[in-house]
Amino acid sequence: MTSDQSAPDHGHPGTRAGITESGDGKVPVISVEGISKHFGSVQALRGVDLEVHAGEVVGLVGDNGAGKSTLVNILSGGLQPNSGVIRIDGKQVSFTSSLGARRMGIETVYQDLALAPDLSVWANIFLGREEVVKGPLRAFGWLDRRSMIASAQTDLERTRIRIGSVGSAAGRLSGGQRQAIAVGRAVAWGSRVILMDEPTAALGVEQQERVGELVANVASQGVPVLLISHNLPQVYRLCHRVAVLFQGQVVANLRPRDCTVEDIVSWITGAALGTKP
Amino acid sequence: MPTRIPSAFSPPGTSGASPLPPGSPTEPTVRAGWLRVVDQVGDFWIVGVLAIMVAIFGILAPALFTRGAWLSISNYSVEYLILAVGQMFVILTGGIDLSDGAILGLSGMVSGAVMQSMLAAHDGNVFTTIVGFVVALVVGAAVGFANGFLITRLKLPPFIVTLGSLTAIGAAPSLINGGTEISNLPPQISTLGTIAIGGWIYVTFLTAVVVAVGFGLLLHRTRFGLRTYAIGSSGLSARRAGINVDRHLVWVYTLSGLLAGLAGMMVMANFNVANPLSGQNDELDAIAAVVIGGASLFGGRGHMLGTFVGTMIISLLVTGLVLVNVNGSWTEVATGIIIVAAVAMDQVRVRLAER
Repeated sequence: MTSDQSAPDHGHPGTRAGITESGDGKVPVISVEGISKHFGSVQALRGVDLEVHAGEVVGLVGDNGAGKSTLVNILSGGLQPNSGVIRIDGKQVSFTSSLGARRMGIETVYQDLALAPDLSVWANIFLGREEVVKGPLRAFGWLDRRSMIASAQTDLERTRIRIGSVGSAAGRLSGGQRQAIAVGRAVAWGSRVILMDEPTAALGVEQQERVGELVANVASQGVPVLLISHNLPQVYRLCHRVAVLFQGQVVANLRPRDCTVEDIVSWITGAALGTKP
Repeated sequence: MPTRIPSAFSPPGTSGASPLPPGSPTEPTVRAGWLRVVDQVGDFWIVGVLAIMVAIFGILAPALFTRGAWLSISNYSVEYLILAVGQMFVILTGGIDLSDGAILGLSGMVSGAVMQSMLAAHDGNVFTTIVGFVVALVVGAAVGFANGFLITRLKLPPFIVTLGSLTAIGAAPSLINGGTEISNLPPQISTLGTIAIGGWIYVTFLTAVVVAVGFGLLLHRTRFGLRTYAIGSSGLSARRAGINVDRHLVWVYTLSGLLAGLAGMMVMANFNVANPLSGQNDELDAIAAVVIGGASLFGGRGHMLGTFVGTMIISLLVTGLVLVNVNGSWTEVATGIIIVAAVAMDQVRVRLAER
């Protein structure tokens, strides 16, 4: 396991990296500038600017149709923007698939978690980036199960996630535990930034709390989190900063410690636009 | 649990779109009574079923424990075991291969025709046999590849594509050699089918077991196997994990075709003829063996040992019922009952897992 923090191809598959402490707070870990996207005549995004710095939890909120999912899809490699630039550590990047985005260090925790329920926890963490043994059996893609099981355990311990056994099938675990696997996987792959798409939409109150702890914990270890959520009280509680999308643009960057939930709502609905500059 | 339709009936990539509804906590709870027993028996309860069947048939007909009965059972299992191994990979991805019996028949006939004409041209027996094997494997793999190609490129349901293959290819052997069987084969072919190591283990059966073990290791110990499970468990998740699902599926169907070609050679060796009727309806027995062995038609779950046991159960039924003087047609009745019972058992276990 390496912790090569300066290499630009930091998070490419096959290179597992530790949780990084990089970022001096000046150069954003990820930034998007002037991202636009239209579907036919519908302009979904009109020049979105957004920065996420190391250790930050940034909420991305907005009403339905504001462009949240379009932006998330662009950042996770599912869609290509019509114009605009994405930078990681100040360096311009481009990618055309979810694998490409991950190679650039952008890990996405999908709303449906993207787990294979029949596979064990460790297999889910390593799926697509499996470790194979050295020696002649390598030619057959012989899995290095021992190594992967051990790494999976370490990964999950580091994120303070309690899973009974990394050998259990993911589908047998609770919703909170599955969420934890998806987050743990994103963190384990040494990503530069983690996108979380509605991570608690389907969870109970107690499990929402756990996920909240997880997000804070991840960010405190240096990996910034971009949290897309409808759950405003949660966003307000967890995030250092809240970016509000309105009609395809980021219209406000709010700091929860300086504003109220009602302030955020007024930006989401556009009401604030009429009263503030 | 929402009702799911096996993805074999839908185009690839459209099933398993929502792999896990997050939520619905499934913390293990204490289970009571017979349900707990079912759960604890685990994945290998079918081994117990085989043992019970052996005991019952053994009591009713002690002749079951003779060399002759064993040779009959093991010989019968050869083609079904090889087909079931390939079929299992397909089923694990959530697909189905209805064409593997037809591929068996086609590759056997093409191979037989090639060998017949080579012998007519005075080619060497050994060389002819080797070419015959290669031809059968290539024909099988080619049809399997075509299945996989159509399924992934045209986004057609595996059920439809392989049903088409079954129908089209099923007729092809009748167009070769005037639809009559080919018996002018190298002597090595019949030798292969009659030699039993130590008098107990047919070479063909050994071949089938080696295939099952080899592909079992491929399935349970390699990246290819893990990804096969992953695709069946959730195609979308596999895609998001960076797996080239389409390419993998083409490999899986090619593999199934390749093994059907090998099974075609084993059947030819067993009867020492290439018969245009070989393999007819074999796909149903292969699917039955896989399902009895505990694999889920939804994909993602199953074990090679189960498929082996499933094949042996079907083979044991055929010989066992003959030994106890029951009309052979009861074999199909019994097989049908076991299929439904096996799936019902599987459903009980799935529901248990979801509690």
